[in-house]
Amino acid sequence: MSEILEERQRQVYRKGAQSYQIECDKQSASGSVSQRACVFCGSRVVLYPIADALHIVHGPIGCASYTWDIRGSLSSGPELYRLSFSTDLREMDVVMGGEKKLYAALCELIDAHHPKAAFVYATCIVGIIGDDVDAVCKRVSQEKGIPVLPVHSEGFKGTKRDGYRAACDALFQLVGTAPIDDVSPLSVNILGDFNIAGEIWIIREYFKRMGIQVVACLTGDGRVDEIRKAHGAALNLVQCSGSMMYLAKSMKEKWGTPFKRVSYFGIEDMAQALYDAARFFKNREVLERTRQLVKEELDLVLPQLTEYRRVLKGKKAAIYVGGAFKAFSLVRALRSLGMQTALVGSQTGTREDYEQLRDLCDEGTIIVDDSNPLELASFLEEKDVDLFIGGVKERPIAFKLGVGFCDHNHERKEALAGFEGMLNFAREVHASVMSPVWSLTPRKLSEQAKEFAA
Amino acid sequence: MSATQTISRCSSLPNFVATRNACKLCAPLGASIAVRGIEGALPFLHGSQGCATYMRRYIISHFREPMDIAASNFNEASTIFGGGACLYQGIKNVTSQYHPALIGIATTCLSETIGEDVALLLSHYEEDPKNSGGPILVPMSTPSYSGTHMDGFHAAVLAVIKKLASPQKSVRGRINLFPGLVSASDLRYLKEVAEDFALTAMLLPDYSDTLDGQALDTYNKIPAGGTPIASIRSAASAIGSVEFGRTILHRKTAASFLETEFGLPAHRLGTPIGVRETDIFFHALEQLSGRVTPAKHQSERGRLIDAYVDGHKYVYGKRAVIYGEEDLVVGLAAFLAEIGVVPVLCASGGESGLLAQSVAAVTPELEGKIVVREGIDFMSIAEQAQQLAPDFLIGSSKGQSVARQLGVPLIRVGFPIHDRIGGQRILHLGYRGTQQLFDQVVNTIIERKQQDSPIGYSYM
Repeated sequence: MSEILEERQRQVYRKGAQSYQIECDKQSASGSVSQRACVFCGSRVVLYPIADALHIVHGPIGCASYTWDIRGSLSSGPELYRLSFSTDLREMDVVMGGEKKLYAALCELIDAHHPKAAFVYATCIVGIIGDDVDAVCKRVSQEKGIPVLPVHSEGFKGTKRDGYRAACDALFQLVGTAPIDDVSPLSVNILGDFNIAGEIWIIREYFKRMGIQVVACLTGDGRVDEIRKAHGAALNLVQCSGSMMYLAKSMKEKWGTPFKRVSYFGIEDMAQALYDAARFFKNREVLERTRQLVKEELDLVLPQLTEYRRVLKGKKAAIYVGGAFKAFSLVRALRSLGMQTALVGSQTGTREDYEQLRDLCDEGTIIVDDSNPLELASFLEEKDVDLFIGGVKERPIAFKLGVGFCDHNHERKEALAGFEGMLNFAREVHASVMSPVWSLTPRKLSEQAKEFAA
Repeated sequence: MSATQTISRCSSLPNFVATRNACKLCAPLGASIAVRGIEGALPFLHGSQGCATYMRRYIISHFREPMDIAASNFNEASTIFGGGACLYQGIKNVTSQYHPALIGIATTCLSETIGEDVALLLSHYEEDPKNSGGPILVPMSTPSYSGTHMDGFHAAVLAVIKKLASPQKSVRGRINLFPGLVSASDLRYLKEVAEDFALTAMLLPDYSDTLDGQALDTYNKIPAGGTPIASIRSAASAIGSVEFGRTILHRKTAASFLETEFGLPAHRLGTPIGVRETDIFFHALEQLSGRVTPAKHQSERGRLIDAYVDGHKYVYGKRAVIYGEEDLVVGLAAFLAEIGVVPVLCASGGESGLLAQSVAAVTPELEGKIVVREGIDFMSIAEQAQQLAPDFLIGSSKGQSVARQLGVPLIRVGFPIHDRIGGQRILHLGYRGTQQLFDQVVNTIIERKQQDSPIGYSYM
């Protein structure tokens, strides 16, 4: 426990060992090497997959450099979103202000790339040097005839969650600005899937088979014109609830669009998501098609999953992810592979998220909010896990200690959503846990030595 | 007047205000890598939390090693009233968790813009008796709106030397070696070379272990290795310093500081890639050690030239685009020029003002054949390269999209390499590193020719 800073003690909970209490949704302690990024990061990850929009970072170069083409969000058409644009503010701009540069940059880039909309990310120093980003956006929007949306994502103004909110504010300005004549009453928006490795294409296909129209995807494989029509959909399905709940709530308020929280990871959650959507429409045919779909898919994947389960049974896993929604699904998905979750945490979970995790997890599981490398390393050692699921920043912690690792973040190249995604997941977990390389690592060797001595 | 054709703005190409796919990173990233190469040290950014997280992610993806960077985690209040409280709390927290011997505190655009005087804040902190016995605190001014990651890297090395070096009696056989941003393998090679000359080198920074370490049983809070602080303290006891970088000659650096402050002769050389630039480096070591180049390295040089002869026909007249950090670009240009490849475009996001003349100085046989561009981004590189019809690109993995667009191979060198494993183990320097680069360049060209041929030659 010595690894945990005093001001962080209440952000770690051990199920069974103490009465329930967990603090979350607070600013990271100064000096703590948090795995979180900042407000800008929250906005950037949410809006990035909108493929036919121009994304320009207003500020010094770093924020644009570090976010150039870093996500595995795929597009079925335009590739504009993969380019990194920045006003690259310099010393003179800091002194004189950056508005003129932003105006010129926006105009030239819109002329060159003809985007459907532009998002302007204001980073840390923009407000401090006195730039009126809203005014520049308004002017360019009028002159160029496309929406130019300011995203107020100054890094220091809160946490990543505030960045989600800023992104949702920008999206909300787009929704409701196009006619919805071609929208069916049997229709949904997919919120909070980012089409990593093409996952949204899998989900869209399911809805097609069910006879449900997908109006807009927010934001995976996203298109500005689809988002403008999103208010026409009968239902919002919200996956990454941390990032997209603001938008779902705003849409409910303004357009009366109801929403449901879903997840597409793991066979249980995937089936549940489809049934939830089908039942919403109270349409017998849709429900029948959904039953048929789930049956067909399960028939395909279950026999193979059983084989993986046989091998993986009893293995222990740790999970540390950005949003807690993903953690729920992962705990269940691992359970369906016969594996137990010994540690689970997230960067941005809410009180309700952690309560749900507490109910879901076994006794002894560590639940942690906004953790850091030293804590995570000590938890991995303490729990002696076989697998760690996280993102790029967690990977070297696992690998250094000779623990298998699965990337469940933006950089993965295999689709993990949907029924077929569960097979990919099982395959990757299997390859990560069963690799012969672990037998050569110091941790395994010293374990063997201890066992031998005993 | 430079012998090389320099084009700062090419009239036939688009001229954008925006930076499009930057060919540079911001200053605090360079400082963080440099600090990671000091024993027991921890990088710390005075600014928003995202800076540290993004840079960690970026560095981890190259080295595939843990890379902890702490941050003061500014909030709105610290932005308005100053970040002193965050800074102090951050130092306390990091000290209690990591027990570092040294913390390198780099600024960011945010802390610089609000005018934080970090040096002053730190001296107040150190004056407080409650904080005595804590880690050495080294302030580094690295505003992200000025220069690139290389400016941050050099600023960090200079700051550490300034803070720690003190007057010392000269000790024979001791040298300082400031290599700039090179790979972990390069650092190991440099240590070996110095040892072979019987020199005791203070290599700063040295992240050959900290960013390319071994598999472990228990997690190290701060990885083992790095330049020992005691060695840095006695930097002034060396008989001279060797520093790589032709494009940093105009600025104050660690080597120039030790020269003006303590009278240590500074050997400020180009990055030793290729026979000619490496000869200059070995010549400097001969002078400093009073020994001739050991047989091992003489034979590496001999084998390299033998290989040049074996491979010359494959590469002569081929056209390359080189991009990346300015001093890496200069080193690669020197190497390619001496094997008969024309580096038709030498490009960097850096803006030292010295790139064109440095490239010209190392490519005398190619007068007028090289376009040099400073302060360039990848989309401009792509536009210019389209006109120059290169046979291959050489640089970091960030040129992958350009290579794909042009349909030519990319030879990955330098930092970062995010789409392959082992970037930290690529050897670039010296006769040995050049040998590996040469084999790779030749084989890349041969492989292309073999693939493109309908015959299916089994001898090339």
